[in-house]
Amino acid sequence: MSTKAKARPATAPVVFTANRLRDGRVVWFGTEGLWRDSIAEIAPFAPDAAEAGLALARQGERDQNVVGVYAVEVDPAGPIPLKFRERLRVQGPSVAAEAA
Amino acid sequence: MNALTPPQYARTYRYDEIDREFLQERIAEFRGQIERRLAGELTEDEFKPLRLMNGLYLQLHAYMLRVAIPYGLLNSAQLRQLGRIARRWDRGFGHFTTRQNIQFNWTKLEDVPAMLEALAEVDMHAIQTSGNCIRNTTTDEYAGATPDEVVDPLVYAEILRQWSTLHPEFTWLPRKFKIAITGSPNDRVAAQVHDVGVLAKRNERGEVGFEVHAGGGLGRTPIIARKLRDWVPESEFLAYMEAVLRVYNALGQRENIYKARIKILVRDLGDEFTQMVEREYERMPRDRYRLDPDIVAAIGAHFAPPPFAALEDQELPEDPEFRAWASTSVRAHRQPGYASVTISLKPIGGIPGDASADQMEAVADLAERHSFGEIRVTHVQNLVLPHVRQEDLHALWQGLRAAGLATPNIGLISDIIACPGMDYCALATARSIPIAQRISERFASLDRQHDIGECFINISGCINACGHHHVAHIGILGVDKRGEEVYQVTLGGSATNDAAIGELIGPAFSYDTIVDAVETLITTYIAHRSPGERFIDTYRRIGVTPFKDALYAPA
Repeated sequence: MSTKAKARPATAPVVFTANRLRDGRVVWFGTEGLWRDSIAEIAPFAPDAAEAGLALARQGERDQNVVGVYAVEVDPAGPIPLKFRERLRVQGPSVAAEAA
Repeated sequence: MNALTPPQYARTYRYDEIDREFLQERIAEFRGQIERRLAGELTEDEFKPLRLMNGLYLQLHAYMLRVAIPYGLLNSAQLRQLGRIARRWDRGFGHFTTRQNIQFNWTKLEDVPAMLEALAEVDMHAIQTSGNCIRNTTTDEYAGATPDEVVDPLVYAEILRQWSTLHPEFTWLPRKFKIAITGSPNDRVAAQVHDVGVLAKRNERGEVGFEVHAGGGLGRTPIIARKLRDWVPESEFLAYMEAVLRVYNALGQRENIYKARIKILVRDLGDEFTQMVEREYERMPRDRYRLDPDIVAAIGAHFAPPPFAALEDQELPEDPEFRAWASTSVRAHRQPGYASVTISLKPIGGIPGDASADQMEAVADLAERHSFGEIRVTHVQNLVLPHVRQEDLHALWQGLRAAGLATPNIGLISDIIACPGMDYCALATARSIPIAQRISERFASLDRQHDIGECFINISGCINACGHHHVAHIGILGVDKRGEEVYQVTLGGSATNDAAIGELIGPAFSYDTIVDAVETLITTYIAHRSPGERFIDTYRRIGVTPFKDALYAPA
């Protein structure tokens, strides 16, 4: 199991991200309890529900559907990651040629 | 000849039936492991070391398959097949790396066995492109072609490949291990910043021997290598290499990943490391490791010179655009009437090292037509056609231009090394590629690039330094500062005979201001340069202060 999952206590709403086992593509997990291709399709966990959310998300690893689950804090105004690295995971590479 | 038949005279090593049988067994083994992983029978913790041993990483957006290109040497059938793989299983691109390998950035786990089968069809694989083992040995992209060469290093690079592939003692080293070998006194392989750097040379009797350096490296702790031996006879080459690896394998700091490379051991032990290698070498049953001249000759047969025609050197056509390209891309060849051509994979605003499937196929065709079907990958992330008739240069240039591969910027400021950075790499802390793109766009004017002259900019997206920023004239290192990308600048690095680690110039620049900072460095150089001086010459003469003053002076 990924060590990245050991996050500090959340101070902002949280979603979870991982890579899909079969093709490695980035996927997102929210309160709906399903791994989705788009962060826009999920709703974040409240900060105080992040730990419970992590337990649910990790089930995806135990079920061997996803790899490397970790928490991502998002903007309360919308499911946009606060950190640049995860914003890149949302939008894909910032370079045009291969990003299609 | 079908598309997968290697051209007759290309000097790539040809697998025998044992090689091919092994490769098929290895693919079958990994296919089984993938199937078990997809079926949930292996956890990621169990699977990860298995996939890494087969060159398969899990990156930011997808799996990445890193394919070995032994010492950067390809034949046209292999390059054509890489293009086919890019089109069928990736997004139509491949990325050539500073290790002279190629990476496919959008690999699906379920496709990997088919990709490996396709590679095996042209005697290629992805083994030992990851993990704590001996990685792809790199060499001079002009090997066998350059006039300053004393020994053709390809033969010894292949010997190193055979020795290091699946070496049972060195499969689990303390950390990864990278070897570079050159046969020219002019270092084009960055030998002094490798775990082991080898200079093949000849003594007064014409015998081949090797000068061996060890303990160089970049990354978190950049160090210039230490010379261990001025001369190792050819017959003792593998014995001595074995001794170096044994000492490292026994004493490398496995408990701390940041101190596990050989450079830390060599730095800490100093002379004692050299003596330990010598003691190990002395006590080894050296007959067992002796490199038999018959073996050298047999491997050398794979690298026999192609059948050059008896030609005279000739003047290039007057076409000014062609001449501008030739002035940077065409290099002297040891054979009269021939030249080596470097193909820029750095179009203005492009991704350094990227080639599309169409471009790979175009270069394969051009190599067959003009270079005995032989192609090299450079550690600067370009390609080389090593043996081109001078009379064919104009036609070759037209073919390259049609494929979008005739940017005349080799060795100039837009010929930038850049790692994949945060756009792809899971380890990166900042983006590299867009910085390279913006710098090349800022300096897009070829007249200006030629006026600036030779200037090497290397960009890494994290401290691991895959972009070799420490040894650039202008090095750029992207780091994360409270969730934002910032870029540190080092000046005065060099990867050649006068190898040097660049000096950190001051506080980092933001993503938005780093290109302006490069512009300031260049205008400072232009203002201070003496006639004929390159950027690095001026920097060495006037020191860091004028550059620092220009960058950090209050407005």
